[in-house]
Amino acid sequence: MPSCIPVRAWLAACMLALAALCGSPAAYAGDDELSATLIQFRDADFDGKTELVEKLVVLDNPRVAVILNALSDSRLYFQEDPGRVVIGLGDGSEITIEDAVTGAALGQVGKRDLDRITANNRLRSLIEDRLASLGLSSADPSQRRAAIDVFLRNPDPAGVPRLQARLAVETDAKTRQLLTVALALADLANPDATVRAKAATDLGGQLQPEIRGRLAKAATEDSDPAVREAAQRALSHTQFRLQMLGWAETLFFGLSLGSVLILAAIGLAVTFGVMGVINMAHGELMMLGAYTTWLVQQWLPVNWSLPVAVPLAFLVTALVGIAIERGVIRFLYGRPLETLLATFGISLILQQAVRTIFSPLNRSVSAPDWMSGTFAIGPLEVTMNRLVILGFCIAVFALLWLALQRTRLGLEVRAVSQNRAMARAMGVPSARVDALTFGLGSGVAGVAGVALSQLTNVGPNLGQSYIVDSFMVVVFGGVGNLWGTLVAGLSLGVANKVLEPWTGAVLAKIVVLVFLILFIQKRPRGLFPQRGRAAEV
Amino acid sequence: MLIPRWLLSDRAGLVLLAVLAILGIGVPILSLWTPPDHPLHLSAYTVTLLGKYLCYALLAVAVDLVWGYMGILSLGHAAFFALGGYCFGMYLMRQIGTRGVYGDPVLPDFMVFLNWKELPWYWYGFDHFSFALLMVLVVPGLLAFVFGWFAFRSRVSGVYLSIITQALTYALMLAFFRNEMGFGGNNGLTDFKDVLGYPIHDDGTRIVLFILSILALAGGYLLCRWLVSTRMGRVLVAIRDAEDRARFLGYRVEQVKVLVFTLSAMLAGIAGALYVPQVGIINPGEFAPINSIEAVIWVAVGGRGTLVGAVVGAVLINYAKSWLTGALPEVWLFALGGLFVAVTLLLPRGLIGLLRPRETTT
Repeated sequence: MPSCIPVRAWLAACMLALAALCGSPAAYAGDDELSATLIQFRDADFDGKTELVEKLVVLDNPRVAVILNALSDSRLYFQEDPGRVVIGLGDGSEITIEDAVTGAALGQVGKRDLDRITANNRLRSLIEDRLASLGLSSADPSQRRAAIDVFLRNPDPAGVPRLQARLAVETDAKTRQLLTVALALADLANPDATVRAKAATDLGGQLQPEIRGRLAKAATEDSDPAVREAAQRALSHTQFRLQMLGWAETLFFGLSLGSVLILAAIGLAVTFGVMGVINMAHGELMMLGAYTTWLVQQWLPVNWSLPVAVPLAFLVTALVGIAIERGVIRFLYGRPLETLLATFGISLILQQAVRTIFSPLNRSVSAPDWMSGTFAIGPLEVTMNRLVILGFCIAVFALLWLALQRTRLGLEVRAVSQNRAMARAMGVPSARVDALTFGLGSGVAGVAGVALSQLTNVGPNLGQSYIVDSFMVVVFGGVGNLWGTLVAGLSLGVANKVLEPWTGAVLAKIVVLVFLILFIQKRPRGLFPQRGRAAEV
Repeated sequence: MLIPRWLLSDRAGLVLLAVLAILGIGVPILSLWTPPDHPLHLSAYTVTLLGKYLCYALLAVAVDLVWGYMGILSLGHAAFFALGGYCFGMYLMRQIGTRGVYGDPVLPDFMVFLNWKELPWYWYGFDHFSFALLMVLVVPGLLAFVFGWFAFRSRVSGVYLSIITQALTYALMLAFFRNEMGFGGNNGLTDFKDVLGYPIHDDGTRIVLFILSILALAGGYLLCRWLVSTRMGRVLVAIRDAEDRARFLGYRVEQVKVLVFTLSAMLAGIAGALYVPQVGIINPGEFAPINSIEAVIWVAVGGRGTLVGAVVGAVLINYAKSWLTGALPEVWLFALGGLFVAVTLLLPRGLIGLLRPRETTT
């Protein structure tokens, strides 16, 4: 192919250019000039240093930012022996140093061999300002945006030409957008009223508090009525966006609370909803799951503990659940009120057992690194652990749904719950199915406990605080209906968070409880009642 | 005939009334007219403890009336107990007057502390003893009536009713924990000084309160016993055993349920009102769902549907609780939990069932 060679040559040229851009510091062309300037720091007074800093800034050398930072932190030294400027990394009598110009490591030297190049606060603020504009030409877009943010917080007219120059060559879309905003902010101080009005309009919808402050000032204090009006309109635009953001935040918090409610209720949806067993010890099974997490963290590093704790908690609580079913509940089928009392007794025993074995004090379960911090969805910042738990809740729900709809056990469970006698006649071992169903529901409660251990204190009373809520979710959604539990949990969570700004957290909870009490009066079988013969109790 | 037939045939009830009468005469003598170093002397602490048990026993009778005879398992009866207690507590708070820490003649201490300027409207009238007594009956009764009216008319029954009664008491607990409610928040009402002018910590006052508790329990027992022996009582049992059949026979099931539920709540309210001056404090913890469930277990242990069993269960379990939480605090919850399981599995008719193996509970 004839075009082959030119293409290759072009590629090679590009590679060369790249190499020149990010090649080794030692090969940089302006290094001599840089070291020459640096040497002058030794004898300069503060005025002289100021001039030298200005000189450094225009040098367009990537080391300049490092050097200025070091100077600002008082880590820049003059080394007498070979007569060069070095940067100290750390403090103490022995300091590791690197060459200021090339960045090459020079090993450790005694502090007495070094001569510190001092800085005062005026110099430091100058450096901060100059570093900001230096950041504008950084190769890293996030560095450039950080530099623009500095300008947004403190719009210095001197910086405007730099911003305009950057805008002419900027290629990164996000950075361009931010630059436009910054320039518009600068235009708010323009003597020309039409420029000011246009700037105000452009700034509408920007959420940064500094911009809102300037706009508010323009809306009341600007001499030109057209500008004031434009600023007013821009502000209401911003207000609208803020409101939307607030709603999005409320929705997320609501979904997050909803996911916790669902996790707490979903095991109950199996034992109560499908089997009709009132298990008051459900909360304590969650507590056991949380304590399993704590135990696992005693043996494994925190980052690996949760993936191990989830199956382990499932196993532990499922076994406890099967033991409860075989030991107590199977004698009480058909007597729901007695089941309620007996399982309440079990819950007291489990609480006291945990109190005796682990102490009555709360245990702290640590969060792994990948669950801490925040995550940004557009302008919305959400905490990572709530996001993970939301996802976890959906995963647990999906798995449980698949288990009930797509497995042999699930088929048998549904058959027994719909018509026990007929299922037995068809050869379903109903006693075994009962035990396994109860084990499944209990295991899911344990898994929920692992998630709860990341949100609340792990103590003997962990379960009690969720028992009323989880029963309400199941009953609200409709007994025997997993989807109902999902919808009920999410809607109760969101309703709670929507109410909170008006009523406060406790009153919101009370309002939701009262609503549920009234709702059950109106529709005793919940949002999505089971139809057909299976619904006859 | 001086003693009506329904009472004469109730031998266990007569024993109970006799025991109450002996207590009513014996305790004052042993407590007031024996020297403190006498071996049979009862300290003020013991008298108060006995009075507390009697209040719990009245609560248990109220629970047994609706659960044992009508089949409604209420997991919220402690709410009516606590409401009655709060009503009487409000009267006692108003009696403190200027003797509070802040010395405000009208406002209780916690309101001064919260910087409130005037008494909330729902505190009006509670400085009158008779009004407070009326409220002790009206507030729990009204709540039970409204709640029952909605719940029973929409035929919420069985487990669902249990769960929403639990939600009710839970919601009330959360509400009373709030300072803004005006009931002292977390600390509740306490630091009482006197009742009807008599110092509340006086031995004589304690004895009077004790005798009143005995009278209330005896009265509550007689009322319930009379009720279940009437035709109405038979309807209750019919509702418990076959609600639909009772409805088809033409009985107004909902009205009967609401009526008896309200009556039961009033009895619980009286128990609470007597409990507060003897214990000296009422706080939102009394609304905790576990308290209601404990009341149910007293009835289950004693024997549901017997009334006497409720009294026996309440006194025995609370005695065991006082003793165990003092001697072996670790064991108490194990014992209580084990009792729940053992009674439901092995003793479905309770301790009274052991005494009367063949007899039916009606």
